[in-house]
Amino acid sequence: MTTVDERPAAPAGAPRRRVNPVLALLRNSWRQLTSMRTALILLFLLAVAAIPGSVLPQRGVNPENVNRYFIDHPDLAPKLDRIGAFAVFGSIWFSAIYLLLFTSLVGCILPRIRDHLRALRSRPPAAPKRLDRLPQHAVLAAPATADAQAIAAVLRRRRWRVQVRGNEVSAEKGYLKETGNLLFHISLVAVLLGVALGSWYGWHGNRLLVAGAENAFCNTRQQYSEASLGPRVDSADLPPFCLTLDDFHAKFLPSGQPASFRATVTVDEPDGSKRTADFSVNSPLRLGSANVYLLGHGYAPILKYTDRYGRSQTSTVPFLTTGDANLTGEGVAAFPDANVDPKTGKRAPDQQVAFDGLYLPTAPDAAPFVASAFPEERNPAVVLVAYRGNLGLDAGIPGSVYKLDQRQVDNGKLKQLGDKKLGVGEKWTLDDGSTLEFLGTKPYVTLAVRYAPGQSLLLAACVVLLAGLMGSLFGRRRRVWFRVTPPDSGSPTNGSSLVEAGGLPRTEHPGFADEFAQLVAAVRDDERGAGRAREGVE
Amino acid sequence: MSALSDQLIMYATLTYLVAMISHAVEYALGNARAVSAKAATPARELVGAGVGGAGGTVEEPVTPAESRHSRSAARAALAGRIATWLTTLAVALHLGAVVSRGIAAERMPWGNMYEFVLTVTFIGAAAWLAVLWKQPSLRRLGLFLTLVMVLLLAFAQFKFYVQVSPLMPALQSYWFVVHVSTIIFASGIFLLGVVPAVAYLMRAGWEQGRRSFPYTLARRLPAAAGLERMTFALHAFAFPIFTFAVIAGAIWAEAAWGRAWGWDPKETWAFISWVVYAGYLHARATPSIKRNVATWIAILGFLTMLMNLFGVNFFFTGLHSYAGVS
Ligand code: HEM
Repeated sequence: MTTVDERPAAPAGAPRRRVNPVLALLRNSWRQLTSMRTALILLFLLAVAAIPGSVLPQRGVNPENVNRYFIDHPDLAPKLDRIGAFAVFGSIWFSAIYLLLFTSLVGCILPRIRDHLRALRSRPPAAPKRLDRLPQHAVLAAPATADAQAIAAVLRRRRWRVQVRGNEVSAEKGYLKETGNLLFHISLVAVLLGVALGSWYGWHGNRLLVAGAENAFCNTRQQYSEASLGPRVDSADLPPFCLTLDDFHAKFLPSGQPASFRATVTVDEPDGSKRTADFSVNSPLRLGSANVYLLGHGYAPILKYTDRYGRSQTSTVPFLTTGDANLTGEGVAAFPDANVDPKTGKRAPDQQVAFDGLYLPTAPDAAPFVASAFPEERNPAVVLVAYRGNLGLDAGIPGSVYKLDQRQVDNGKLKQLGDKKLGVGEKWTLDDGSTLEFLGTKPYVTLAVRYAPGQSLLLAACVVLLAGLMGSLFGRRRRVWFRVTPPDSGSPTNGSSLVEAGGLPRTEHPGFADEFAQLVAAVRDDERGAGRAREGVE
Repeated sequence: MSALSDQLIMYATLTYLVAMISHAVEYALGNARAVSAKAATPARELVGAGVGGAGGTVEEPVTPAESRHSRSAARAALAGRIATWLTTLAVALHLGAVVSRGIAAERMPWGNMYEFVLTVTFIGAAAWLAVLWKQPSLRRLGLFLTLVMVLLLAFAQFKFYVQVSPLMPALQSYWFVVHVSTIIFASGIFLLGVVPAVAYLMRAGWEQGRRSFPYTLARRLPAAAGLERMTFALHAFAFPIFTFAVIAGAIWAEAAWGRAWGWDPKETWAFISWVVYAGYLHARATPSIKRNVATWIAILGFLTMLMNLFGVNFFFTGLHSYAGVS
């Protein structure tokens, strides 16, 4: 009986013949790759390769910081970009490391799975000749009636796998260690698969949603300010649901720290049904076809501009929060269609109007009005600069909706008219008699909509991973043997048998001596009890 | 309640400090001469009785015992026992500080860096007492442990202290409690694991005959093999908990931010720590790799944990930035 724990050094048995050198090289490289040492080196490389991913800004995490890095380091950034330093975890070198590692892993566990399956089916090996050479050894006198079957029964009761050969008992325990270890490594592969599934077939998009039915959004690619679809997903695959933000509540502590958020939405499901739902941070809206996560919130001031001809338009503009805890918002309200002469119906390209500035949910009592004093709307005010001229929207230059085209200001085509702070209901009359009125605000939320298949596979893999890990770390493989020498075979213990026991821990197992002693004691007690019982009968 | 917590933690730190001094006294008296261990039999722990295979201290050849030596040995043992009692007292105060902080905040006391360090160090110290209970022969490691406690607690009080405040909405989740409590627990055990790891490296050098500076400190430490086994046992215990904590964090992140894993700096460093500790377990299971190389990997693992705890919060911005540290 051979042991099966050590991997055979080479594919055994092949008769010696000339090996193709290429094959030999391949086989050698494969053996190298699947060695523990290589696995260790690759693990280290993986850890080291991840470090730049935390030091340098990453596109996937924070694209704005990447842009800022390009501005701050104009020479270095493009070079770093070429080697994928701003997307480390998708870069070729990072992928190469983990793919090699996983190849090594598979190459390592496949033979071990085969060996372990074989071991699970095989029987505990026969006892070595000299049990006293084993790490644990004991000899006990037993009644003459002692027999191997009774000892085997004791061991079986203690969940050992037992094989009786004549007057010898072989037993083994702790297969769980290797089973756990293999399950653990297999589930690592499953985790990788789950991640791959998610990135191939998943998609996600971000957008800002202002309250109100007129601002509802439907799930199409164009409706996202930023979206990314996996390589196996087409725009047409996006499930057609729509969302309307009905209401948004944020509670704050007196210190200004947020206490809770709640968004109420109406969902139009792809099947045409309609329902309302609440969701918040930590409890996303789970639609059948995607999940909707609340990422942030802010206020959209409602601004009414009445032009010099007396025609007014109202615009609800989300002012993006600047990152301060008190929700100071920054934004632009543009009125490109203002000041169209009602007689000619012609647009005057140099008569467009825009207002650029801040929104303060709680304006401080005194100037400067540059930052909100509290995140709730206690004293809402806009602080705006008015511009008139050509906004540059017609030139076909794509501009951000949330920012004024600074080039137009710089080249003098857009002129600044002055600035003003407006509370709710206040009106500002400009030099040409046109007016701007601040009517109030609507809340907005920023959402991430995400579909990530493979999550349940990931979760299942993680559960198996943990269970396997525990088995692997805390399982202990060990063997014991018992040999019964009957009284007549010249044993010195006249009239009684001799039971010799030996134990071998297959893996490090500090408690094995105790376990062995207990086992031997249990066998002795059982034999005595059985002996007495039999004596009583006979 | 909050003020009570602040006072308790100050007393706990001071008590750790006195315990450390007491351990140092034990060390110094022990080093006065190769203590005639036999003469000092009352100090059962000194000889260690080889509990759990940790082995007794390997003593230098004993010269005929002079009464002066045995007196100093008895004093060393007394100092050691006092140190242990002081550590127990400090852990009790520490527990009081953690609990009263939690009561003051009306939530689990791990909402910010200060509370995090407070709780991690508590776990480490409490686990140390548990280890000491089972293996009294390791008592001398207490010097290192109390040193680490004093440094971390003092650092936390000076650098991280914040007033009690409720949790941010993103932190109000069951998974948060699960995630953070297990991370804290695992970190505490890893922290404790560093103590025998460093002690092992020093002691192993001493046993190989090195007599230069850091190794001389190891003269009175328990046998290297036992320290190494303890290092492994602690890491093997903490690793699955840490793994679970990272998974719980991913589940929470999925609910809070819409992605289970986003390579935010904290996540990246947790990944790095996990990979390094997996490397340690591999290295230790590979016979061709020397045990001290493996132990260095474990220490490296803890450095990456520290990087995550302190470095990432200060150097990088991410979703994980805790309230109250700027
Ligand atoms: C994705 C990379 C890998 C990770 C994260 C990983 C992780 C682990 C962990 C945490 C353990 C500890 C469990 C224990 O000690 O029983 C372990 C054990 C083990 N791993 Fe890996 N492993 C990886 C790849 C590999 C590869 C490529 C090989 C083969 C060359 C391998 C072979 C082993 C073996 C043989 C053990 C058992 C050690 C023992 O006897 O205790 N692993 N692995």
